[in-house]
Amino acid sequence: MGAAGELAAVVGIGQTNHMATRGDVSMAGLVREAAQRALADAQMSWDDIDAVVVGKAPDFFEGVMMPELYLADALGAVGKPLLRVHTAGSVGGSTAIVASSLIQSGVHERVLTVAFEKQSESEAMWALSLPIPFQAPLVAGAGGYFAPHIRAYMRRADAPDHIGILVALKDRLNACKNPYAHLHEPETTFDSVKDSMMLWDPIRYSETCPSSDGACAMVISNADTAKAFDNPAWVLGTAMRSEPTMFSGRDQVLPQGGRDCAADVYAQAGITNPREDIDVVEMYVPFSWYEPMWLENLGFAGEGEGWKLTDAGVTQMDGDLPVNPSGGVLSTNPIGASGMLRFAEAAMQVRGMAGEHQIDGAKTALGHAYGGGAQFFSMWVVSSDQPAS
Amino acid sequence: MRDTAIVAFAQSDQERRVEDRSEVELLSPVIQDVYEQTGMTAADFGFTCSGSTDYLAGQAFSFVLTLDSVGPWPPISESHVEMDGAWAMYEAWIKIQTGAIDSALIYAYGKSSPGDLRAVMSRQMDPYYVAPLWADSVALAALQAQSVLDAGIETERDWAEIAARNRNDASSNPRAQLRGSPDVDTLMDDDFVVRPLRRHACPPITDGAAAIVLAADDKARELSDRPAWIRGLDHRIDAQSLGVRDLTVSPSTEKAAAKAGVGDKPVDFAELHTPFAHQEGIVRRAMGLADEVRLNPSGGALAANAMMTAGLIRLGEAATRLTNGDGDRAVAHATSGACLQQNLVCVLEAE
Repeated sequence: MGAAGELAAVVGIGQTNHMATRGDVSMAGLVREAAQRALADAQMSWDDIDAVVVGKAPDFFEGVMMPELYLADALGAVGKPLLRVHTAGSVGGSTAIVASSLIQSGVHERVLTVAFEKQSESEAMWALSLPIPFQAPLVAGAGGYFAPHIRAYMRRADAPDHIGILVALKDRLNACKNPYAHLHEPETTFDSVKDSMMLWDPIRYSETCPSSDGACAMVISNADTAKAFDNPAWVLGTAMRSEPTMFSGRDQVLPQGGRDCAADVYAQAGITNPREDIDVVEMYVPFSWYEPMWLENLGFAGEGEGWKLTDAGVTQMDGDLPVNPSGGVLSTNPIGASGMLRFAEAAMQVRGMAGEHQIDGAKTALGHAYGGGAQFFSMWVVSSDQPAS
Repeated sequence: MRDTAIVAFAQSDQERRVEDRSEVELLSPVIQDVYEQTGMTAADFGFTCSGSTDYLAGQAFSFVLTLDSVGPWPPISESHVEMDGAWAMYEAWIKIQTGAIDSALIYAYGKSSPGDLRAVMSRQMDPYYVAPLWADSVALAALQAQSVLDAGIETERDWAEIAARNRNDASSNPRAQLRGSPDVDTLMDDDFVVRPLRRHACPPITDGAAAIVLAADDKARELSDRPAWIRGLDHRIDAQSLGVRDLTVSPSTEKAAAKAGVGDKPVDFAELHTPFAHQEGIVRRAMGLADEVRLNPSGGALAANAMMTAGLIRLGEAATRLTNGDGDRAVAHATSGACLQQNLVCVLEAE
């Protein structure tokens, strides 16, 4: 199998310092902060880049229509091809996949990809509360949409109430090891999560992602360029899947699109037993309970068994399947960038560049993102080992 | 490069205002049309990619719902660009070049009518220095037109001739919105919308949708007796800031055209996405097209200009014309942003 076309590898990674409001920078300043860090990591300048791929979630979040047009200059894209991807919450992952495909196609040799959101420019929760007549009101924000699916999961899996708390506690403490994370809350305890306000039953305040300003960038290159680096993250596989919105046959708890996407990316990467073959996972978990749900959807556990891995500490940094050592979406959520952060953190792990949240000996990592009403998926598998071309 | 062709194209009637159908309902017949042309359905395509923008729908994540028009069950490999559908076709073409897939469905839609389009498009500008001035899309195009006049490159009468030619050519295009034109002398009596752009030199406001099917190698030959092969495809962007641009030229078009190989062989006709009459010459000159090259036999964007869609329609119109035997080599072009900021150029050949 293997990913199609030319080999692609991540040779530069950068992200901003994420926080609720980055009032110190414009949108251009925000994306440049990430892009310049990625270029510095890749030891490249703007001139070395052939093309730029930008991703972000809804333009209404910042009130700028197609902001990549305005950002072209700040991203060194003038005179170059510039693409703008938008696939809902999975967009950061999809954007990295499009950038990879520009390399795999043989059309370009070095591509800069950047994803961002500056959520402080607006109120994301209400932007996500879709108005009539587009669809029926679904309670405020994404949490209102996903809470019923979580309750359905708890019932189907017969999962105990405390699993979500364990996920939130783990991710918030992991984030303390990640200097770029938005939330640094070392005082977090099981009880502090448990006692936090119930927002959308069963989702408590401390089990919910923050709203962040931030950006993430990567330089993705072909094999010839990557050979000059000590530790490129080789892209073993990429996949995207989408499902319809209005279709009664969907299982929104364990979506078919997620299963199919995982099967596709594993086949490309030669992964037959994900639990054994993957060393670390950066998974899109905006609400705590999505960790056990995605563990099942991604094939790390059988149906109804995902919560048992969380409960047993398997997904802790010292467990045998660490999930979100970066602190994940629960600790940092500039929506448009959140998927790319997952992909980039996976690449950082196999490059051995994750600092305090590095998983020792990580060789193969999964980056995962989802969006819409759990209907858009993007994934990649990266490795420290160069695959046979 | 892997041989890849446009093998099917469909579009809705391009209308001033579609109030009785949602975006999904506008798209569905168009998608069904290309399904029938190819005998394929959602699951048969290796990849699906669309182009649209939330700012027209007035809703975040608007494309999420319109995906329903393709019937994506079982789940499909799919992506979306917040750009004209021409760039969705570029993303799909790239995917075909990786060798991962042999066919792709591309669609685009734009209901330009619900909001104040000129004001909506003004939200594309730099949010700190330009957007607060509410310079709208026609005003920005007028600045460009004035630059062309000031440089002595064209006259207002030239634009009236361009507008009349495009709309008269649209008479033979049953999907076009504006079909036929008064004569040039009559047009010159039109009021100015924003000086120096008279009404005829501006595009109509259009609601519409379109879809294209790409296929590679044998798959293309299987689906079409005379595929429109993509021989070159490139896109480039200029800076947005008007202060750093010479608006009378289009460096991004020039570079994309050179990369796509426009000048390598004679061109029979070109479909240029030039919504304002003065932009046709800017793009034609940037591409180095000879004077005798026929421009916009479909009527072009002056006859129908559905946002996020009119670029993809240029690709589809050019391909259809080649497939029908009305030429062997054509150029199709798409643009995005104020004053032709971003441009895509595609060279198509049938054999």
